[in-house]
Amino acid sequence: MTVALEAQSVVKQYPVGSGTVTAVDGASFRLQPGEFVALVGPSGSGKTTMLAMLATLLAPTSGSIVIGGQDLADMSQRERTRFRRRNIGFTFQDNNLVSYLTALENVELMLRLNGEFNATGRKRARELLELLGLEERMNVLPRQLSGGQQQRVAIARSLISRPTLLLADEPTASLDTERAFQVVETLATLVHEQGHAGIMVTHDLRMVEFADRIIHMLDGRVERIITPQDDLSCLADPAACRLITPDVLGIEASTAA
Amino acid sequence: MSTAIHLAFKEIWRNRGRFLLFSMVVGLITLLVLFVAALGEGLGSGNREYLEKLNADLIAYQDTARLTIASSRVDCTTRRAIRVVEGVRAVGAIGFAGASIPLEGEPEPMDISLIGVEPGQPGEPPVVRGTGLVRRSADEAIVDRTVALMSGLQVGDRVVIRSTQGNEDEFYDLQVVGITDSRKYGLRASVFVPIVTWDEIRPKASLGPGAEDPACNVVAVQLEDPSQSEAMRQLLQAQVGDIEAVDRQTAYENTPGYTAQQSTLNTQNTFALLIGILVIGGFFQIQTLQKVPQIGMLKAIGTPNSTIAVASMVQILIITVVGVAIGSLASFGLSLTFPPNIPIVFEPRSGAMAVVSLLLIGPVGGLVSIRYSLRVEPLVALGLG
Repeated sequence: MTVALEAQSVVKQYPVGSGTVTAVDGASFRLQPGEFVALVGPSGSGKTTMLAMLATLLAPTSGSIVIGGQDLADMSQRERTRFRRRNIGFTFQDNNLVSYLTALENVELMLRLNGEFNATGRKRARELLELLGLEERMNVLPRQLSGGQQQRVAIARSLISRPTLLLADEPTASLDTERAFQVVETLATLVHEQGHAGIMVTHDLRMVEFADRIIHMLDGRVERIITPQDDLSCLADPAACRLITPDVLGIEASTAA
Repeated sequence: MSTAIHLAFKEIWRNRGRFLLFSMVVGLITLLVLFVAALGEGLGSGNREYLEKLNADLIAYQDTARLTIASSRVDCTTRRAIRVVEGVRAVGAIGFAGASIPLEGEPEPMDISLIGVEPGQPGEPPVVRGTGLVRRSADEAIVDRTVALMSGLQVGDRVVIRSTQGNEDEFYDLQVVGITDSRKYGLRASVFVPIVTWDEIRPKASLGPGAEDPACNVVAVQLEDPSQSEAMRQLLQAQVGDIEAVDRQTAYENTPGYTAQQSTLNTQNTFALLIGILVIGGFFQIQTLQKVPQIGMLKAIGTPNSTIAVASMVQILIITVVGVAIGSLASFGLSLTFPPNIPIVFEPRSGAMAVVSLLLIGPVGGLVSIRYSLRVEPLVALGLG
C-alpha cells in the first residue's frame, strides 16, 4: 500500500539571539491512507511546529517529509501553496471559516480555488454537508452556526477536494465535551471511510480514543507511538514513564507505520 | 481571478452597511474635492472671464502699471499710435470701474463691474440677444447673463446704475440694448457701456460729463495675424513706447490676487486628495488588521497571494467608484440649488480631472493594506505567526 505520509528525521530549529532553539528534534513516523492519528504532547513539545511542517507552511531545518510520494523539499513556495491546496485538508482551532461566506460557500471555496467549481463539485459539497448533519444550515453565515457546526463545516471544506492528508489543529478546543466527541468521531469516521490520512493535534487526551495510533511528542521528539488500547497514563504524566521507551512497547518510533 | 472577484463581492454584499458607510465617506471627500475645484473655477472665472473671452490678441497697459489694470492709464494719443502699427487690425479702449444696480425689493444693490468699451471695436462683447452698442456716447448698455438673471432685465428694459460722484450717489438711467453671456470681471457681473458714457458714470471726485476721448485703463488689440502675437507684442512695445503688451492669459494671471487665490485653492484640493488617500488607506488597513487571522487561514488552505491581492483591489475599486459616484451626484444636485452669484462653477474638464484623481486615490490609498495582507503569514492560522 502507498504510504500517505512519511516524516524522516525531521528537525526544526529557530535562531534565537546568537543561538538556536530546537522545536522538533529528529521526528520520524509514517501514516497509511485511511489512518487517523492523534498527535499529543504538552505545550512546547513541538507538535504544532510539526503540524506546520506537514502542512508545508514551514520548511524543516533537516530531514524529509514526503506526502503522497512527493518530497516537499523539492518544491518552491508557489508549488507548496498549490500542493497544500490540492493535497492537504486543514481544520484549525478557531477562525476556521470565511466570515462572509455561508457554510456551503465556505466548502465550495476549496472547489473554486482548485478549479473544480462545477455541478459535480457543488453536488458533492452539499452531500458532504448533509453527511455532517448540516443540511438545514448550508445557507447560513458562520456567526449563525454553533462552534460544533462551524467545525463540521471546516471538516467538510477540508475533505471536499479529496486531500491525501487531513490535518486538524486542536479541532475541539472551543467545544463542549459532547460536541467535541461528535466532531472527532466524525473526523475519524470520514478519514477511515474516504481513505485520507488524518492527523489531529490535541491537548484533550479523551479524544485519542478515536485515533488508530497516538504519536506522543515531548521536547521536540517523538517520545512514543502507541494505540488507544495501550496504557495512556504516560501521556498525562510523561515523567513517570520515562523508562518505558517505544522499543519496550514493541514499537519502533523512527520507522513505525 | 473569478475566485478573487467572488470573495470581494461576497464580502461587500454581506457587509454592505459598513462598505456603504465608507463609500459615503469617499463620497463626502469627493464632494469636498469637487466643490473646491468648482470654487476655484468659479472664483477664477469670476476674475478672468471677461479678459479670457476678450476678442483681442494682445492687451496693452501703461508700462509703469506693472500689468495692474486699475493703475494703468492709456490716453487717446497712445491708442492712435497702437492703431497705426503695421499688423494691427483693430484696437479698442477699455475702461474698468465699480458701480452697482439697485434691485427692486432687495435691500442691497448688486455690485457690478462697469466696463467702458468702444462700439464695434475689440473689447465689446458679442450679444446673445438684442444688439451691440452703436455710439461712443449713448445711454445704452449691454448686460451680461448674470446681471440679467439676478435683476430680471430684458432687452429694451431700463437699468439704473448707481455710482458715487464726489460724496454723492448718482443714478444713471440706461437702456439695455443687448445681453451677452457671462463676462465677470473682479468677481462681479458686468455691464458694458460706451466708453464716453463710462467716463461720465464711473466714480469720480466730482460730477461731470465724460470726456470726448477719455483715457482708458487698457487697450484691446486685434492683430492681422494672431500667430505672430509674440513678435507683434515686441513690435508694439518698441514702436509705441510707454506701453506693455501681453496676451490674455498673462493679463488675467496678473489681476490682483488671481495667482495667489488659484494656488491656495489648488493646494486645498491637493490636501483634500491626500486626506482621501489617508482615509481610504486607513480604512483598508484597519480592515486588513481585523482580518489577519482570516487571511492567514485563507493562505493556510492554499489561497494564492494573487487571489487575496486581487480581491482587495476589487473591493477598493468598487468602494471608490461607488463613493465617487455618490459624491459626484450629490455635488451636481447641490450645484443646482446655488444662485448664479455664488462663484461655484462645475467646469467639465476640471471636474473630470478631479473625478479621475479621486478614482486614483482609492488604489493608491489601498496599496499599503494590500501589501500588508500579502505579508500575513499563513502560520497565524496555527497561532505561530
